[in-house]
Amino acid sequence: MLEFARWKYVLVTLVVLIGVLFALPNLYGEDPALQVERKSRAPMDDFARQSIEDLLHKQNIFIKRDFIDSGRLILAFNDVAAQLKARDTVDATLSDVDRAALANASRAPAWMRMLGLKAMPLGLDLRGGLYLLYQVDLQGAVSQLLDTYEQSFRRALTDAKLPFTDITTIGADSGGIANGLRVTLPPEADASQVEAVLRKVDVNLKFTTSSGASGSAIDMVLTPAQIKAREDYALEQNRTTLTNRVNDLGVSEPIVQRQGLDRINVQLPGVQNSAEVKDLLGKVATLELRLADTQNNAMQAQQSGHAPLGTKLYKREDGSPILLKREVIVTGDELTSATSATSTEGPAVSIKLDARGAESMLRTTRLNVGKPMAVVYIEKSRRQVEVNGQKVDRDTTSEKVINVATIRGVFGPQFQVTGLTSGEARDLSLMLRSGSLAAPVEVVEERAIGPSLGQDNIDKGVRALEIGMLAVFVFMAIYYRAFGLVADAVLLANVILLTALLSMLRASLSLPGIAGIILTVGIAVDANVLIYERIREELRNGVSPQAAIRAGFDKAFSAIADSNVTALIAGLSLWVIGTGAIRGFAIVLTLGIATSMFTSLLGSRALITLLYGGRQKVARLSIG
Amino acid sequence: MEFFHRATSFPFMSTRKLWYGLSIVLILISVASLATRGLNLGVDFTGGVTVQASFPTAANRDAVIAALTGAGYADPQVTIFGSSRDIAIRLPPTKQTTEDVRGRIEQILKTLDGGAQIQQVEVVGPQIGGELQRSAAQALAATLLLIFGYIALRFHTWRLSLGAILAVLHDPILVLGTFSLTRTTFDLTVVAAMLAVIGYSLNDTVVVFDRIRERFHSGRRLDPVTVLDQSINQTLSRTIMTKVVTLIVVVALYALGGPVLRGFSEALIIGILAGTYSSIYISSAVALDCGLTATHLLASAASKPVDDLP
Repeated sequence: MLEFARWKYVLVTLVVLIGVLFALPNLYGEDPALQVERKSRAPMDDFARQSIEDLLHKQNIFIKRDFIDSGRLILAFNDVAAQLKARDTVDATLSDVDRAALANASRAPAWMRMLGLKAMPLGLDLRGGLYLLYQVDLQGAVSQLLDTYEQSFRRALTDAKLPFTDITTIGADSGGIANGLRVTLPPEADASQVEAVLRKVDVNLKFTTSSGASGSAIDMVLTPAQIKAREDYALEQNRTTLTNRVNDLGVSEPIVQRQGLDRINVQLPGVQNSAEVKDLLGKVATLELRLADTQNNAMQAQQSGHAPLGTKLYKREDGSPILLKREVIVTGDELTSATSATSTEGPAVSIKLDARGAESMLRTTRLNVGKPMAVVYIEKSRRQVEVNGQKVDRDTTSEKVINVATIRGVFGPQFQVTGLTSGEARDLSLMLRSGSLAAPVEVVEERAIGPSLGQDNIDKGVRALEIGMLAVFVFMAIYYRAFGLVADAVLLANVILLTALLSMLRASLSLPGIAGIILTVGIAVDANVLIYERIREELRNGVSPQAAIRAGFDKAFSAIADSNVTALIAGLSLWVIGTGAIRGFAIVLTLGIATSMFTSLLGSRALITLLYGGRQKVARLSIG
Repeated sequence: MEFFHRATSFPFMSTRKLWYGLSIVLILISVASLATRGLNLGVDFTGGVTVQASFPTAANRDAVIAALTGAGYADPQVTIFGSSRDIAIRLPPTKQTTEDVRGRIEQILKTLDGGAQIQQVEVVGPQIGGELQRSAAQALAATLLLIFGYIALRFHTWRLSLGAILAVLHDPILVLGTFSLTRTTFDLTVVAAMLAVIGYSLNDTVVVFDRIRERFHSGRRLDPVTVLDQSINQTLSRTIMTKVVTLIVVVALYALGGPVLRGFSEALIIGILAGTYSSIYISSAVALDCGLTATHLLASAASKPVDDLP
């Protein structure tokens, strides 16, 4: 008798069923489609849907089906020609609050869409698009943090009326980047008192005091963990920001991923013109709150070109000049959330601040009730300019005062910016929400990829793969008979599970990924062949059928395990270190090995035990 | 059905010097060809020229391709983007200036539609830039190192690790050599295929190693040459079966997958054949010549418990 625990049967059945469910959407294929959404991200309604339908019907464009999916109207067409014509029509007539983008709509039934089941997307190499690789300046992120601390230290010491000579960065002299600050004190200063004040700025900081002839110095050095945390934050913040902006572009199925230690890759299927996209993605928008200067004349300052001491000259949106105080009350880094709202004074943006920002806000407003405060909107972007025939990236910054309001009361962590139109309020909150890029980013690689295969070639390739697999199934069934059929079932389960995993993870399928699938199929077949050849070997040695099955599985296990673990190591290592094509291959390989081990060892054994396990005595095995 | 009714007993190891010679000759030819002729790199590697153009009415992609090919531009990639009237054409790098390209393409497109307009001509960088090539090389080097370590750990001897790594390097070099000799276009798809080839080669090698360990375990008196021959013979039916099955899929891709997958499947076919050979004659034989004996592996048998069932 062969035995196989009942829970293992349940496990195998359950996993395969879930796999079938997740893999199912891939069977339906896709239609060329148009995705229409509101720029404000307000959901589309049936009225808007009806008007677009009517518009297209008037142009004799046949809409195969349309539906609203997460607030976006998706219109599916029979062919690309209709899709492109529809886009032209919609573009020509749409109001500027809406935005249309080419997309693909799955033919899967609505209930699958409702459940969130989706087919795996095709990679850029299969359907074309724009690929951007951003490098995040992590050193910049750390020095930004040090700048912030330096400001806080200065403020804290000034407020506590403690004297200090200077605050400088340290750590850079040994060839590395600055990783700390040194507060130098005059000889008469009380170092321990200063340290106590500094400690209050952030309790997690570590201080060391050293004293010399000319006075003592207090060093604050960031721990490796703090630097790591800052770098992680910068990366994650950048990724989120890029994701938000990419979503604003209205591209269907964009991918924004962290890559390696300091990179972010952005993949925009179907996009071909890069300049506009890069401008939009690279923009850094942030806010600053400053007190307005009421003592000096802004017009005079503009004419002379000199801002009086302690002030800075800005322009309002209408172009008129305004003087603001140099000290910043709140920077964009200190915003935690921004939402558009309606206040008693009309449209507004509700802003929440973090602890540091809130404290600064509280102190400033308490001292300045009745005085005007200005909101400065800062936008940085990187543009390519041609200098002497060469293309050079230039950073441009534009700053403008978007709002000046009188401080009516004392603000804490939450306040509202008013004096905006409702459109401005929405735009501002969106820009603030999508965040500022925490560290400067730079495009290190940029490629507009034309689909290297084209749809007809993809179809051909898929067809060839299907025929090849079918031939393998037939061959296995002939060569190993009943066992061959078991192997076929196992192989099929493997492909289903792999497809399910890839769909679940929304990993896009690229050409290297297809190579990975073929390799995985090879490895899965190999596992079965190893087991069956081993069973045959045992049978040749005169072992009884059931013992041969047991011995076959047992003895083949170490070979399967070792070869699969080796492949798994290769897959994981390429996944972690590799980029682009290599990574696409590695993801599929790693997942494929996992599913292949599961199906060959558990699935195959379950089926064979089901076939031969129940009987007391088996005379012959159907193994060819 | 069964091809191998009786256990085979080919004396593989006795002829290994001959096969070393063959491998060395093939590798030398490959390296020489790579050094002198180089690879016929595809647009993925070389970059090229993109031309953006627009038509007054919806563009016909096939007609554009036909016109360009007819005018002597090999392998143009044409994509319709933006609206149905805008196209992007990608061409291999040429010695012509962008102005020349603009003029010629405009002429060609005007024959299709008098209102065709060139929007932009731009020289584009390669899809696989230097950046990616470097990172790929690093990833591969790190992976081979890890595999070396894993095999040394599992089988308790560096001799097998060395054999495996040499076999793994052997196969892609032959694929590269063949592509260089035949001037077949080497593009991203071939890189993907080579990764798969490395995977197959490794898989094969480890299966044979596993049997070698088992044989040494059961017959510790046997001399290494006999054990290696036995191990390879005993796994021969499996080696050939697996190869046949994989080749069925790959040959189907080669025959039916269309021209774009030709390079991909060709690389896989060469690589799989080379991998079968190298797992027999390179990996095990190198270990043997590095002085592999039963004692190296028996240390593992003594300290490692037999693997449990799943």
